[in-house]
Amino acid sequence: MSSTEFRKDLFADERDDTLKEIGKPTIRQDILGHVTGRTKYFDDHLFDGLLHMRAVRSPHHHARIRRIDTEAAARMPGVRRVVTAKDVPVNLNTLLSLINFGRDDEPLCAHDKVRFLGETVAWIIADTEREARDAVAQVRVDYEPLPHVLDVEEALKPDAPVVNEVYPNNTFDYHGKYDHQKLRFGDVNAAFARADHVIEAEYQMSPIEQAPIETCGAIAAPEQNGRFVCHTNTQALFFSLGTTAKLLDTPSSRLHFIGGTAGGGFGGKVDSIVEPTAVLGAMLTGRPVKFAWDRYEEMQVGAPRGGERWRIKDGVMRDGTIIAREFTGFFDSGAYMRLSPYAIIKGTGHLPGPYSIPNVASNVYCVVANRTPATAMRGFGITAVDFSIECHMDRVAEAVGMNPIELRILNAYRDGDMKAHRRKAKNTALIECCQVAAGKAGWSISADAMAQSSLRGGGLGERGAIPETATDEEGRIGERRAGRTRDTAPSRQPTGRVPAGHAGQAVTAAPVQNPDMEIEIERIGHRIAAQQGAAPAPRAPQPPAGQPTPPRAAPPAAAPQSSYAPPPSPQATAPTYQQPPAPTPPPAPTPPTPPAASEPYKPEQPFSRGVNRPGTSRFLSGTRRR
Amino acid sequence: MARTPLTFTLNDAETGVFVVPGSNLLDVLRRGAGDLTPKQGCAQGTCGSCTVLIDGVPHLSCLTLAETVEGRRIDTTGGLAGGPDLHPLQQAVMEGFAAQCGFCTAGMLMAAKALLDRTPNPTRDEVIEAISGNLCRCTGYEPIVDAILTASARMQGRTA
Amino acid sequence: MTLAVETYPTLREAAQALGDRARYLGGGTLLMRAVNYGDQSFDRIVRSREVDRTVRSEGQGIRIGAGATMADVLASRDLIALHSVARIVGGPAVRNMATVGGNLFAASPYGDFATALLALDATVQMADGQNLPMESFLSGRARMRGIVASVTVPRVGEGEFRFAKVSRIKPKGVSMMSLAAVLPGVGSGRLGDVRIAFGTMGPTPLRAKAAEQALRGRGLTDAEIEPALKVCCDGLQPADDELATEWYRREVAPVHLKRLLLGGRR
Repeated sequence: MSSTEFRKDLFADERDDTLKEIGKPTIRQDILGHVTGRTKYFDDHLFDGLLHMRAVRSPHHHARIRRIDTEAAARMPGVRRVVTAKDVPVNLNTLLSLINFGRDDEPLCAHDKVRFLGETVAWIIADTEREARDAVAQVRVDYEPLPHVLDVEEALKPDAPVVNEVYPNNTFDYHGKYDHQKLRFGDVNAAFARADHVIEAEYQMSPIEQAPIETCGAIAAPEQNGRFVCHTNTQALFFSLGTTAKLLDTPSSRLHFIGGTAGGGFGGKVDSIVEPTAVLGAMLTGRPVKFAWDRYEEMQVGAPRGGERWRIKDGVMRDGTIIAREFTGFFDSGAYMRLSPYAIIKGTGHLPGPYSIPNVASNVYCVVANRTPATAMRGFGITAVDFSIECHMDRVAEAVGMNPIELRILNAYRDGDMKAHRRKAKNTALIECCQVAAGKAGWSISADAMAQSSLRGGGLGERGAIPETATDEEGRIGERRAGRTRDTAPSRQPTGRVPAGHAGQAVTAAPVQNPDMEIEIERIGHRIAAQQGAAPAPRAPQPPAGQPTPPRAAPPAAAPQSSYAPPPSPQATAPTYQQPPAPTPPPAPTPPTPPAASEPYKPEQPFSRGVNRPGTSRFLSGTRRR
Repeated sequence: MARTPLTFTLNDAETGVFVVPGSNLLDVLRRGAGDLTPKQGCAQGTCGSCTVLIDGVPHLSCLTLAETVEGRRIDTTGGLAGGPDLHPLQQAVMEGFAAQCGFCTAGMLMAAKALLDRTPNPTRDEVIEAISGNLCRCTGYEPIVDAILTASARMQGRTA
Repeated sequence: MTLAVETYPTLREAAQALGDRARYLGGGTLLMRAVNYGDQSFDRIVRSREVDRTVRSEGQGIRIGAGATMADVLASRDLIALHSVARIVGGPAVRNMATVGGNLFAASPYGDFATALLALDATVQMADGQNLPMESFLSGRARMRGIVASVTVPRVGEGEFRFAKVSRIKPKGVSMMSLAAVLPGVGSGRLGDVRIAFGTMGPTPLRAKAAEQALRGRGLTDAEIEPALKVCCDGLQPADDELATEWYRREVAPVHLKRLLLGGRR
């Protein structure tokens, strides 16, 4: 067993010295179920009369569906129901519509055309999985293949096929204005002009499948009271619940979702596809229905971490100081948006990496192409650009003839430095990481580099200030397709300046897109004090969730506004952000009136998460914990 | 649909089920015999989550035609613990954080048991070879290898 | 297409029962995968109670029953030359199931054992009594309707057989390419009738006949094997797949062949 060395000397006064659990095995609270095989995954719930649902999938990257002939399939043995797009009550959704982000762009079942290889065009529900597979093979789909585009930069060209009509420019529309997410901090072009070296390179990461050992799946069954139970391995139970309610046009109170146990996920089980499909099957047949991907489907249609391409351009002085860094990034979102636009906003907030660079510009494109839609995976939105940044740091070190670790320490951010997203850095630790890594690797660095600290020198003078920033209006929505914009990199001709110190304009929450998604206080079990009149609020009232937050101070000017609030919904006609409705004073919740005599419940001992630990329950072997 | 009667010994219990022709053993164990401990990860022999012992030898139950186990002895993780007492392998996996999501664990334990039954004192390389047909996406394998070696040491009365 | 399982007392009867929509069940590692994924090309599974797992010496060769598993091969002292091949097939559970007979039918990227048998110039005995050299067996495999009863492998001299599997995952991964070579005369410094086979470099294992020709009468030195490396892909038909492109396979084949040929030199 490897031992872990703690450098408790680092940042000793910034934390309580309570690292008691790190560096030694701990006993998971769910482990007894795992080692005995008794943990119940979604497929370990047995139902009498379980039916099996399988999807008919597109063999084309891009094709118009002329006709679907399911007659032969419906006559196959064991087939209970053929399901097509017209059986899906609301067959258009985007995952983040639950938080009012993006436009509905993805059907649960394709109807007019297919946009990626493996897209669902119909389902079969049959008594056995084999019978469902046999019937799937009998569904005849008349496709008219269309030209397809598989490369992110090809998809941006004016003559590229339109993949998804909801986004006719093959890009996500950021803030109702641009075909990319902009970040502008200082003036990169001026800095490149005075830099001793300008170093450019391109990096690319392929899509990566999360490949959990348990594939995505769900079992749904009618309950007696008109509700449907759904056992699922989703990683996002309430996303899956809300998405199912929306797609199936049913109140979420009719859906009883049970999850919490996933055989691996790594981000690949958040897309909420198997749940609405299984519940739809149960609704249409009145029987328990299992819908799960096989391994081939998991790899082919299960959303991966999307591919990314990054071009980085650094302006560097002879001593290794990086004075400017420019990014051009392309996210391979696949045929539908899902979570990728959000990943880009998150990633943009991360630029230019853990370094203090006074001039930063970035254009990042969320590109639609005829590829499997991408989704979350560990470090979502950050991984590929961090890989690119660190490769690029080595390249810069080589160009200026410098020890790569010393180059990192020289440019590292420190506490108090202003980051490009206009927040001050805190709890920085890159310098110490570099020093420890150099020591571990036996890589010598200078005494000066060893003497540096994240706690000193940060935030001084320009390091802590927002610089005057050059802005531009290049890349407005539709310009590229019309052939008026070609270059994808941040503009060489800034058209505006934002004064130094300007933190940007206030952005407010977008109006609720789907009224059903608006949280109504009376529906979540709280009484409203105003209506009750009397009872005094015992605690300081919290603003209820779902109410538009009051405008916040200080998001940046032309920069990543959406780090703070989502862009307006498509239904919002005005291209600019709308003022929120005047915030109503938050109602004070009333506590339920307790029966006069009874004491509030007080457990004799505090609840402990440890009570279910193996060896601690009297129902298990071992001694009971006292 | 015509069904075929099938009898076998499952974790010391005589078991009889009716199977749909062409069913794989994994499906029969799970839905027919009600032993949910073997898991389906790939149904193509890649992941090892469905590993069971047939007459003491590890097999992939997803690739075993059910009819071929007539009269044979099948052991799964469901029978690994002796009543309330965990098998040393289970104990070592539990204490060594050798499982995270737990989905590969049942198959991994069967592969490890088959190894220790034949080779009570395996080398680290032998352990790695023994679980080379079992995929784990969470742990990175090292804690699993350590746990198997720990169990081996304890079963041999050595301390670990 | 409900599946039917038919079990026959003898291999010969099972062979007679095969038809267009039937497949014979060996170890199940290939067939049951097809069943699980709903393969629509067959609906009958044919079994035989006569499963020959024996390995025995016979004249100049060793006869392996088609039902022998990779684990059986590893348990046989007679087949010590083939242990390096059997050991790299799958994990332990797959080796307890996968049979020698079944491996002869494994489509690329599987079939590493068949690649070795091709280099070794093994003979295939069919259930109907027909005998086929490995090479003609493989070339006619797609149209084959019959069951393999056994395979006879000629003996090779010490150190004359070499095998390598190239995969991307350690310790165990699917073959990106496998190579087998029989090098008669390797001890004398002059090679005789060399046989080289590549797996996953075409729809079936294939021989690199131009390279064999170029090695005849040569020794195993950098300079002497150079002409063989240049032509080693002649006649091979590598394809693009998830593991590698055709281009990549052609580029690295000479590198791996060189390692195989020179690796044995100490």
